[in-house]
Parts: sequence; structure tokens; C-alpha cells
Amino acid sequence: MSSQTTRTLLTIVTEAALEVALGEDVERLGAHGYTVADVRGKGSRGYRGVGWEESRNIRMDIVCDRATAETIAEHVRSHYYDNYAMVLFMNEVEVLRPQKF
Amino acid sequence: MDPVLLFFLLGLVAGLLRSELRLPAAAYDMVSMLLLLSIGLKGGVELSHQPVALLAGQASAVIAMASLLPIVGFAALRGIGGLPRADAASIAAHYGSVSVGTYAVAVAYFASRQIPFESHMSFLLAIMEVPAIVIGILLARGLARAPGLATLAREVLLGKGIVLLAGGLVIGWASGPEALAPVTPLFFDLFKGFLALFLLEMGLVTSVQIGALRQHGAFLLVFSIGMPLFSSLVGTAVGIALGLSVGGTAMLATLAASASYIAVPAAMRVAVPEANPTLSLAASLGVTFPFNILVGIRLYHALAVKAVALAGVPRP
Repeated sequence: MSSQTTRTLLTIVTEAALEVALGEDVERLGAHGYTVADVRGKGSRGYRGVGWEESRNIRMDIVCDRATAETIAEHVRSHYYDNYAMVLFMNEVEVLRPQKF
Repeated sequence: MDPVLLFFLLGLVAGLLRSELRLPAAAYDMVSMLLLLSIGLKGGVELSHQPVALLAGQASAVIAMASLLPIVGFAALRGIGGLPRADAASIAAHYGSVSVGTYAVAVAYFASRQIPFESHMSFLLAIMEVPAIVIGILLARGLARAPGLATLAREVLLGKGIVLLAGGLVIGWASGPEALAPVTPLFFDLFKGFLALFLLEMGLVTSVQIGALRQHGAFLLVFSIGMPLFSSLVGTAVGIALGLSVGGTAMLATLAASASYIAVPAAMRVAVPEANPTLSLAASLGVTFPFNILVGIRLYHALAVKAVALAGVPRP
């Protein structure tokens, strides 16, 4: 039960308007699931995520293998970077149930 | 001044002074949901009293109007303003569609002055939300690059606003006034209270948009007042042609003049991502919405009174 394995945690912080499209993309590209949270913060497009629905932000966390994470990152970069507020980063994480990811 | 407008001004001033005041997101969602449902329910109850042929005629007229207005707006934004195609199309779509918030303020305005208007107006409101979104996407993309019908339908018809408004209409129509009596206290009696809270938040949001508008120059400012004035004339003419009452004509003018800031921004963000959302929201929320609720509705009412008198047909 204590088998610990390394996976990649891909985190995308972006506009709430993208949640549905992004969720579909991520699953199609091979991830087994994702977690979404409402967030707020400040970046090159100013302070986002308060109040008004169009300025709401989400953070999507995806745990998957390195190759899938890179595929997703590449897809997101080419499709959404130009027109949407977006931050992307990856982390190595230890998962306790590798078969889930 | 109507107290609900004072709530709007409170939000606006608090926002401009950088107060920490905020309606929690969930509370805002709840309030806007209740407003949409109550407007839908009220219209739905009246729908059953109207002959289908009359409704179909009025629906076709407002669909034609709501398809024409964004094209006029697009031409002005491209031709006079010189805006990029995607931005012009997106802003035009906002102005061709309608604002439920503005409608709700107009309902309160007419109710407090005991001016009757056709109660199935919210049916026309629901219909007028849609065409401009389709026209806006087509103007931005062209016919060849338009998204597939399924994608388009999902964007346009499954937005929160349309689902709640249309759902309310159907429930109101299917239930009738007696069956709705138990939910009346929530949806109808508290309408103005919810509207006050909604406008408080809208004031806060508008204060942010006013800041954004400063960066986008005079043309957008002129457009955000000129376009609704022009649209209100078209709306008044259509109201007269359809034989609506003075209140109904004023309401249709108000609807034509109003600019969307919920359904259209959401659809445009997904369907025309290269359009800058700041531009259209600064115009529709920062200028047109406050202009319409503070000045416009009175103006369109006066216009309708004059126009109906000029048309010379006796009306209720």
C-alpha cells in the first residue's frame, strides 16, 4: 500500500470562462482527472478574480505522467496563450496511489 | 429618485473610493438567479393569455430588430471608430443583445408610476438575447470560419441567463397564477429588494469599468451613449408598428437600447477569444448601463409618449 511513485502536477491558473473547454481538452489528452478551485490574484493583466463573473479566475490542478503533462502544456500554450490570462507551471509530486494517475 | 438607483450609486461611490465592500460571489449568483427567474415567471404567466399568432408576429419583429442592430453597430465601430474586426464584432454583439438588469430597473420604474405595459414583454426579452450573439460571431469569423452549429447552439442557448429566463417562462406558462401563489412571496414580493442588492453589486462593478474606460478614448464613450440612443429610436418605431401600449413601446425602446453584460461577454470570450473583453465591458457596463438606468429609461418613456401621440392611434 505504501508504494510511492513520482508523477507530474501541472497547474493552470486562467479565466473561469475556459473551465469547460479546458476540462474537455485535458481528459482528451490523456489525464485521468483534474481539480478546479476559484482563485484570485494579480499579474500582467491586473487584479483578477473578484466579483464580476467575467473576471473570475480558476486554478486547475492535474496530476499525470510527465509526457501527458507536456502534451497538455503544449496544447494549452498553442491554443490559449495569446488571448487568455494564463499561468502554467509543473511540479514533481509523490503520489500514494499511482494507479489513479 | 427610485431607491434602487440609490443602491446603485452607493455601490458606485463605494467602489470609486476603493471601499472593501463586495457582494460575495455566491450571493451575487443567487440574486441574479432570482431576478432572472422572477422575470421569466411573470412573463410566462401572461403568455397563456396571448394568441400564438400575435406572439409569433412580435417575436419575428424583435428577432429582425435584434439582428439588425449589431450590424449597424459593427459598421459604426469599424467605419468610424476603426476598431479591429474582432473587437468591433464583439462590442456590436453586446449592443445588439439586451440587459436583464436594465429591464428589471425599467419594470420597477413603470410599476412605481403605475404605467402598464404588456406583461409578456419578458418573453420578447428572452428572444432578444440570442440573435446578436450569432450575428456577432458571424461578423467576427465570417460564414466560412463560423463554429459548428452544435458549438454555436451550446454557447448561445445554454448560457445561465437564457436557461433561467426561458425556464421561468415555461414554468410560469405551465403553472398559471394560482399554482404559483405559494412562491409569489419569494419571486415577486421581494423583487425590489433583490434588485437593490443586485444594483449595489453592479455599482461596484461599474466603478472598476470606469477606470478601464479612461484608457480607451473618446470614441468608445461617444459610441456607448450614441448607440443606445439610436437603438431606442428603432425600438420605439418597432413598438409603434406592433401596436404596443405606451408602456410597452417604452419598454421595447429600453430593451433595444440596453447592452448585454452577462450572456454576450461569456459567449464572446469563448467564441471570439481574440476580442478584448475589457473594451466591450467598459462600454456596456461602464457607460451604457448607468446611462440607461439613470437617464435613458425616463428618456425612452418620454419618447414613447410623444411617438404614440404622433402615430395618432388610440392605445391603452
